[in-house]
Amino acid sequence: MSTEVITSLEEVEEGSSLWTDALARLKKNKAALGGLGFVIFVAIIALITPWIAPFPYEVQNLDLGAVPPNASNWLGTDVFGRDLLTRIMWGGRVSLMVGVIATAVSLVIGVLWGSIAGYFGGRLDSIMMRIVDTLYPFPFMVLVILLSVIFGRHIYLMYLAIGAVEWLTMARVIRGQVLTVRKQEFIEACFSQGLSTWRIISRHVIPNVLGPVIVYTTLTIPSVMILEAFLSFLGLGVQPPMCSWGSLIGDGAKYMEEYSWLLIFPGIVFSSTLFSLNFLGDGLRDALDPKASKD
Amino acid sequence: MALISVKDLKTYFHTRNGVVRAVDGISFDVEAGKTLGIVGESGSGKSVSQYSLLGLIPMPPGKIESGTAMFDGQDLLKLSGEKLRKIRGKRISMIFQDPMTCLNPYMKIGDQLIEPLLTHFDISHEDAMKKAAQALKNVGIHETEKRLNSYPHQFSGGMRQRVMIAMALITEPELLIADEPTTALDVTVQAQVLDLIKKLQQEINTAVIFITHDLGVIAGVADEVAVMYGGKIVERGSTDDIFYNSQHPYTKALMASIPATHAHGERLYTIEGLPPNLTKAIPGCSFAPRCGECEDYCKTTKPELEVMESPSHESACLKYQKEHRA
Repeated sequence: MSTEVITSLEEVEEGSSLWTDALARLKKNKAALGGLGFVIFVAIIALITPWIAPFPYEVQNLDLGAVPPNASNWLGTDVFGRDLLTRIMWGGRVSLMVGVIATAVSLVIGVLWGSIAGYFGGRLDSIMMRIVDTLYPFPFMVLVILLSVIFGRHIYLMYLAIGAVEWLTMARVIRGQVLTVRKQEFIEACFSQGLSTWRIISRHVIPNVLGPVIVYTTLTIPSVMILEAFLSFLGLGVQPPMCSWGSLIGDGAKYMEEYSWLLIFPGIVFSSTLFSLNFLGDGLRDALDPKASKD
Repeated sequence: MALISVKDLKTYFHTRNGVVRAVDGISFDVEAGKTLGIVGESGSGKSVSQYSLLGLIPMPPGKIESGTAMFDGQDLLKLSGEKLRKIRGKRISMIFQDPMTCLNPYMKIGDQLIEPLLTHFDISHEDAMKKAAQALKNVGIHETEKRLNSYPHQFSGGMRQRVMIAMALITEPELLIADEPTTALDVTVQAQVLDLIKKLQQEINTAVIFITHDLGVIAGVADEVAVMYGGKIVERGSTDDIFYNSQHPYTKALMASIPATHAHGERLYTIEGLPPNLTKAIPGCSFAPRCGECEDYCKTTKPELEVMESPSHESACLKYQKEHRA
């Protein structure tokens, strides 16, 4: 019998790396691309706010008070006469920074913790995951209050507190991923080919885990931002006159009957950023799956 | 001089439900360039016996209790992890049963093919890719440029198994362990894959240990056959010995249950009962409870392999041994 029977099945597309393929797929996803564009836009604005903000964020003008959107204050002013657009821009800096830094903290701890537990398994895994289980129900608010009592109110404490809470979930997600990947036969096949442990982890386990990790990261950022908003809303977060989107929404909620724009504009900006991040995360999940066909 | 010589290999699993004697004292030799077929039911220890050689048994719960496996003057069972790793995938390769799950879905075929080369040889990426292209041609996959840049999901099952074969043979190993390489494939593709393994085996003079539960496959590829039951080899001999002059009731029962040997409309023969529970020590022959020719002494005396008519042919059936001696 001939061994030359292989047919060309479907047209195999020109080869490219996983990442360029993923990018190509992402480019076709309009919602994700829109999300990415918006997130980049917000991030750039946040970066250059100190130079482009139309007004100082902290100087009050009590004579002016709250005025609705007009030619000089595009989004109106708050009850202290401060320009809302300026405050939203500054607030974005805080919110995004908390989102990014706290997520990065949780990502680093979570990835290390989760992948060590998942890859080596056995007793080590049990001990590490029981620690996570023990910390999981620890009341988050108590931790934050404790930290602020001991170290005083400081924005960096918030990064730490949120990161310290979020890494638990991250570790669980990653451990679960590593565990399933590790059990798959191609890892055994790699092992049978004499690949070193490091090579198996770096070339075979991590790329298989990376997709879910990236997706989970983009979805963690918004949840961290919500946590920050929650803390600021309660007055435990940023301290006036500095603001974040959360504290702006909190202030706006107080006056929503008289000065609705104080709630509406920060709300729109905050929720559209969250939406964008979620769309982006969703799109990345699809894009990073090589099985997601392009037909 | 045999390429690999395994003596009295015992691999036990220490589980909560007791000790599973998955492989209970088996010995076999394979000559360079020859094919040994290992046949047996699921759970007879055929895969575990081979995985033990390459240190692929999860330990714990697995433990290699005794035995030697001499390969080029070294005992594989006593080598350190690092030394064994250098043999694995270079001098002894393996093909697994299910080609659908044995390839990394996130890595291009080309990159996966060259992993063993990059691991074991000092070779540039470019040269390795050239070898990979040649390896794909050898297994009958064309348009190699394109194929090297595809992902596994773009291949059919048969093609993936070809890729696995190409990957296993790319380092030109001295021994290839094929663990049911055709079980997951349909019959026509099976035949192609078998032919391919035979062809490539001759080209690079590789010895093959072929694990299967399909006697038809064994007849086509093996020079020698070992029949395993309950963690032991119950009969061993040349393919002709086993197929035309079987000296063990279990082998005979296996033959009798091949569908092709039945007349049209006839009920297929099955062996009554289930394989033995390997956690329990069995005083006599482990096949005795299912054996149609079982005698009283079979239940109390442990059979050992004994040479039958031709010197290469051994059987572990007390009754047949007795008849042979008489």
